Amino acid sequence: MSKLQILTKGILKENPALVLILGMCPTLGVTTSATNGLGMGLATTFVILLSNVVISLIKNLIPNNVHIPAYIVVIASIVTILQQLMEAYMPSLFNALGLFIPLIVVNCIVLGRAEAFASKNNVIDSALDGLGMGYGFTLALTVLGAIREILGSGSIFGFNFLHSDGIIGFVLAPGAFLVLGLLIAGAKILTKKIYKKD
Amino acid sequence: MDKKNPTLFQMIAVLMAIALICAAAVSLVYKATKPVIEQSQLNKKIQTVSKIVPEFDNSPVEESFYVKTANGKDSLQFYPAKKAGELVGMGVSTFSEKGYGGRIDILVGFKPDGTIYNTEVVKLNETPGLGDKSDKAKSNWAEQFNDKNPQTFKLLVKKDGGDVDAISAATITSRAYTEAISTAYNTFMSHTNGTKPEGTSGATIKNN
Repeated sequence: MSKLQILTKGILKENPALVLILGMCPTLGVTTSATNGLGMGLATTFVILLSNVVISLIKNLIPNNVHIPAYIVVIASIVTILQQLMEAYMPSLFNALGLFIPLIVVNCIVLGRAEAFASKNNVIDSALDGLGMGYGFTLALTVLGAIREILGSGSIFGFNFLHSDGIIGFVLAPGAFLVLGLLIAGAKILTKKIYKKD
Repeated sequence: MDKKNPTLFQMIAVLMAIALICAAAVSLVYKATKPVIEQSQLNKKIQTVSKIVPEFDNSPVEESFYVKTANGKDSLQFYPAKKAGELVGMGVSTFSEKGYGGRIDILVGFKPDGTIYNTEVVKLNETPGLGDKSDKAKSNWAEQFNDKNPQTFKLLVKKDGGDVDAISAATITSRAYTEAISTAYNTFMSHTNGTKPEGTSGATIKNN
């Protein structure tokens, strides 16, 4: 697989949220607005990137039997450090996302990439993979958040264009499932069209 | 090292080493960020307090004190705002346990005669798009309390016979917000009059 392929596969072909269906907890939970989705996506990208790099560096030192606890400790530490740094230097972003940051620890995308990619590949490829998966996830969350925000509260990125309430159901959990289902179907159709020859 | 068949000692050693290094990294960052975090939280508090009381020249956060509520169990933090030594307003940090998503914390500012000057959300966990409209960042619902004196403005949602317009589809949040203001008002008035707090807050919360 070429470097470019590693970097771009997360957008559609192996999009973590829409094709691999990983990390559903933040995908459904935080995407009540486009801003929340974008912020969560970027924070997750940062964690996947760092954890992929660290784990591909230490992969040869860890016995197979204990690799899951070792990875989890590394990921949890990275998330905790990120949380403290955000609280100290980006208090406004931290206030918007505060609740969801610790959830990144249990996001299966992070452990999934560590297990499926970083533990088998070199540092550069792992970094590219983390970046690609990260912005694939960010893209999915932002689109999902934007659709729910437009339909649910009549605004986009906090900018209200409707000046009244939207369809409340789209802000609540059922709307998340509906929109996610449609997005997954859309991703399937697109994948078929683009990768027909593969 | 044999990755496939490690000895017990190897496994323990690797996990111990990783845990130690990670713990060291986390505590280093904690040490480094702690003063910055405390400073920014203090700044935020000062900022929020200055939003809810008239202009002042003292430091309400440093001069704050606690007053017991009517039920005698809880204490609310009071932030006196003074200008040239005279009390111009009082910020009261109040709460309600009856929000849809649990506890909500708000700050209410009163003028010395008990008129509500402004309110500001400190922390709430209400449904996005519904209950979180009580936050000024999301909608102007909470502005209806400004410049109202609870003596003439009944602090109950209209459904319960009061004067407060509830947020549509978020009556429970509106009740909790109103109750928190009401608690603050009763505590503040009894504090200024030097009397014992009369009864509990006016809001009777029904669960429906």
